[in-house]
Amino acid sequence: MSRQQEKLREQVLSVIELCQKAKDSGLDPFAVDADYVLSVIQEFYPKVRSLKDFCLDAEALKELSAIIEKQGNWIEKQSSSLYKDPFLLERRLKDSQTDRLAEMFLRSWHPIAALEQISIGSLRGSMDYWKDLLPLDVRWSKKGPEAVQTGRATLEDAFKLGLLSQQDFATELDSLWTDLKNRAGDSDRLLYWNFVGAETYEETVWRAFVTGFLVSYGYAYLEVDRLQEETYVIPYKEQMKIEGIASTMSVPILVDYEEWKKWSEQKAQ
Amino acid sequence: MERTKSPVATRTYSRKIKEAVHLLFFKRHQLPGARGYELKAELGPEFPEVLEALDSFLKDLDLKVTRVFDEPELEYVEPTREQLGDARYYITLRGTMEPKTAKTSGWRIDDIAGLAVSVAYLISKQGRTPRTDVEKLLSEKLPGWRVDLNVDRYVREGYLGEDDKGNLFLDWRSRAEIDQKQLVALILGFGQQSQPMP
Repeated sequence: MSRQQEKLREQVLSVIELCQKAKDSGLDPFAVDADYVLSVIQEFYPKVRSLKDFCLDAEALKELSAIIEKQGNWIEKQSSSLYKDPFLLERRLKDSQTDRLAEMFLRSWHPIAALEQISIGSLRGSMDYWKDLLPLDVRWSKKGPEAVQTGRATLEDAFKLGLLSQQDFATELDSLWTDLKNRAGDSDRLLYWNFVGAETYEETVWRAFVTGFLVSYGYAYLEVDRLQEETYVIPYKEQMKIEGIASTMSVPILVDYEEWKKWSEQKAQ
Repeated sequence: MERTKSPVATRTYSRKIKEAVHLLFFKRHQLPGARGYELKAELGPEFPEVLEALDSFLKDLDLKVTRVFDEPELEYVEPTREQLGDARYYITLRGTMEPKTAKTSGWRIDDIAGLAVSVAYLISKQGRTPRTDVEKLLSEKLPGWRVDLNVDRYVREGYLGEDDKGNLFLDWRSRAEIDQKQLVALILGFGQQSQPMP
């Protein structure tokens, strides 16, 4: 398909959309320039080669017919006795005082006379509802703790539920400390994410969790470079007593999935 | 329903007129009034004649039976019996309301004027226009914070409807209560003539 044909096709599609919008929104059908739509269809028709284009051409004609029909109805309505020039009406509305407008409205207003009532059916339904309604003290009564059947869980159950780790936590802490010391090497420091980051997100969270304890128990400390916005983990050669450290503070670090993914992608590059 | 009083008709339909009063005066659904087919079921196939007789009775009370079609163009032609069955019937005030009565019915003078502007503007736009256009027009006379509140109220009360494309249209209550032809004539005639309230 040539570029010109493609352009024509797009024009036909856009006029179909325009006609449908004017038709569906119920707005002024004269907002659609029927001559322009027709010129697009006329230009497109001689270049129709496929069944698909032929259907498109037919659809455009159908939509244009609908708009012309609406325009016809519009003119019919305008010629009826109720039609008044919208511009003149708008002008008058803008010129009129509020109280004068209200007065004119009241001279054209015939409000409905109607009364609300309860039918026998709704009265019967209400009585049934009332009969079944529990007293307030029952509905608002607070439930106390309920006795439940208790049992014993085995060590295997606790491992399965993730409540206990099969590895001793102290061993875990020690192995991570050794890992930190080895990886920090001569530079004595390691970027936080490069230390806690692992192959999976779950493992990363676990390493971040244990690292928290490494810092709290005096195996390592965190150094935050505010300028570069980097956090480093620096291992102590030996475990320090927390009381001996001059000042401590909490450093919140977000270890969420998005952060881990970003780190993981950077590492892969 | 402007009809001449027919003594024979009122005598013949006295029982059915009472039933029609119950059906039309007392709200039984979400909207007041009743559909033609409901009236036909209760009053029989001659329900238009019963309503005609009721209308004659109501004249002395300054009330009337108002018939509204879903298709506004039917107002200008002679409807068929089937079309009468689909129409909705209400009891409305035959005359008009005094400004002091209107004020005590919960409407402020600028609420009424805002409604007049909205309805007249919609009539000039063949019954449908974007809400933003109506709000723009209202904001020329009403403080900005009240414009949105007022339009919401007109929609809530059934005078205006709003479609999912954000266009306003004249809803059932405008068609039932407002003499649109009279309103437009009064607005266009403003400045040319100044008549006192009846």
